[in-house]
Amino acid sequence: MSTGAVATTGHGAGHGKKGLGNPVLGMLLFIVSEIMFFAGLFAAYFNLRTATGIWPPEGNGAFELHSEILFPAIMTTLLVLSSVTCQFAVWRIRRGDRQGMNRALLMTVLLGVIFLIGQAYDYTQLGFGIADGVFGSTFYVLTGFHGAHVLGGVLMLTVCLYRGGLGQFSAQHHDMVEATSIYWHFVDVVWILLFALLYIV
Amino acid sequence: MATTALRSAARPRTSLYEWLTTTDHKKIGILYTISSFVFLGIGGLLALGVRAELAQPGLQFLNESTYNQLFTMHASVMIFWVIIPFLAAIGNYVVPLMIGAPDMAFPRINALSFWMVPFSGIVAASGFFLGGAADAGWTAYPPVSSIKYSPGPGMNLWIVAVILVGTSSILGAVNFMVTIFRMRAPGMTLFRMPILTWTVLVTSVLVLMGTPVLTSALVMLFIDRNFGGAFFDPTLGGSAILWQNIFWFYSHPAVYIMVLPAMGVISEILPVFSRKPLFGYKAFVFATAAIGALGFSVWAHHMFTTGSVFLPFFSVMTFFIAVPTGVKFFNWIATMWRGQITFKTPMLFAVGFLSMFLIGGINGVFSAPVPVDYAIHATYWIVAHIHYVLFGGSFLGIMAGIYFYFPKMFGKMLDERLGKMHFWLMYIGLNLTFLPMHVLGLAGMPRRIADYSPTAGWNDLNLAATIGGFTIGLSFIPFFWNVFISLRSGEEAGDDPWEANTLEWATSSPPPPWNFDRLPAITSERPLFDARHGSAGKDHA
Repeated sequence: MSTGAVATTGHGAGHGKKGLGNPVLGMLLFIVSEIMFFAGLFAAYFNLRTATGIWPPEGNGAFELHSEILFPAIMTTLLVLSSVTCQFAVWRIRRGDRQGMNRALLMTVLLGVIFLIGQAYDYTQLGFGIADGVFGSTFYVLTGFHGAHVLGGVLMLTVCLYRGGLGQFSAQHHDMVEATSIYWHFVDVVWILLFALLYIV
Repeated sequence: MATTALRSAARPRTSLYEWLTTTDHKKIGILYTISSFVFLGIGGLLALGVRAELAQPGLQFLNESTYNQLFTMHASVMIFWVIIPFLAAIGNYVVPLMIGAPDMAFPRINALSFWMVPFSGIVAASGFFLGGAADAGWTAYPPVSSIKYSPGPGMNLWIVAVILVGTSSILGAVNFMVTIFRMRAPGMTLFRMPILTWTVLVTSVLVLMGTPVLTSALVMLFIDRNFGGAFFDPTLGGSAILWQNIFWFYSHPAVYIMVLPAMGVISEILPVFSRKPLFGYKAFVFATAAIGALGFSVWAHHMFTTGSVFLPFFSVMTFFIAVPTGVKFFNWIATMWRGQITFKTPMLFAVGFLSMFLIGGINGVFSAPVPVDYAIHATYWIVAHIHYVLFGGSFLGIMAGIYFYFPKMFGKMLDERLGKMHFWLMYIGLNLTFLPMHVLGLAGMPRRIADYSPTAGWNDLNLAATIGGFTIGLSFIPFFWNVFISLRSGEEAGDDPWEANTLEWATSSPPPPWNFDRLPAITSERPLFDARHGSAGKDHA
């Protein structure tokens, strides 16, 4: 973006020479804001859950998510697996292995898409909707916004894959892959929290 | 130290195309400024509508519904589309120059951040033409903001617009932080950074951690209104207090988001026009950081009367946060003490900031003790307080910054006589408007009412406030005339018209693309002072 700067200032002007690259630092800071966004939703969830007393609220058998834990558990496993393949992509490109990175990215994208399809399928199977009291509202808003972030991550991974296919990354220049993988891990961690909170605890 | 651009544009473009597609932080800063002035006009007219209606008892110009839209949109526009973008304007223009960087870290994201501001502002304002703008107050408390009591499209548009403008702020905060952490010139250590850069850094932390929380609240409100959600509706098991908690978790730090960079501007101006270094540089930095940290622990002082927050904690924390602000006041006063003060227009606005923000701080601390807060909650006292802080504080700081940096931005000096006329009209106008509101508040006049009893004894003070409001409006005439004639035929500014201390004055006015072709050695927080006076100046720095 501002590569011309070095030439005109003749100083280098403090451009990243050591430590994190600008895109990676930018992504880390952006994830701080994402954490705070989910913190707001989680705070609402905890507040409403404790205020409700009995959780899940009585009177609707569909709220008993414990009983249908198998499918989301499989989805959780797939998403965790996608974090592994994503990290594998980073390790490959750090060694300059473009083919290996592309293969691992492709796997990650596929797993992400499977997760999204699975979540959409799960939504059709649940016996309650977003308008079914605080349980329905919190469940769909938390999982829905997580799903939106998965979609965002899949799009970023797809761009990485496309650029990887064009051979634009190398062992030295692959900040975007690093930044995307951090984002993907973040999305994964949020899901693990959600899975534990919504289906188990 | 005049600098010339070494690179010409790759191919000739029209200047309009250049401005619409620019990623230059200086042009984006100027675009932010223009957008903020346009929205200032809108927000100002809305305020004058409110004041015209309140000039005397009875409903003369508006009905209650329109009145609700006016005060809601006045506050929203002034906060989200005027003050915050104005500070982004100054930060955008000045911060990369101050730290000797060629641009922001992410110039294209910077352009995205800017363009989201006018677009979101249009979305929010479009409610006026689509059956009624948002009308639940800028705080949008449920159930007032619920679909039942605010059924129009304006509220939905407002929610979407505030999410958009918040996202713009978040991207801007990431950009500022990466720029400040990664792009400082050699020698520009953290503790040699100008105070304005420090305040922008702390503000960015607040934006990064506060704004997304507001986004989450807005998302839930949107779900409640449009998809039958139950978050804030007690009849469905939700909690209206929950909204207030999440909303103020952002919106109290937002007050510091709106004032810290203005404090930074003041801290650049006072030393220059007092011919002294800033007194207690490090104390000022730590006080800024302390305000940022404490800012997240006082939100519930907006909710004392709900009876569902832990009063002693939030009361004590609210007292505490006055301490670092007090430290800053001593910094500023000690900076001016025995200085060779010249009252150029930027200095007038800076001293205006000090006097007005002092009142805003003191009438704010009045609200910290719970019993007093119970008495003055949601009265005009609060309206007085917020305007002394945001108008008398933030906005005078912004105007000080505009008078100070105009010569750098355009290479021309603003006219002093018109500038002083602007200052005095605005200063008198704002006190005439907001000082009587203290008395009105203590007399029990509630905020957000379109009408009041003619026998309540509030007539004269309301009329005074209305006259003051129009005086403020009038004060912009000399300002805009000043900008117009100065751009056409103002005195040439030169690189450093104020004999200032920081790097932005080491390049030409206006600076070339990429800002510098050489930088002075940076061995203190006042590199230009060192360059002018050699090592002799080092003893004082």
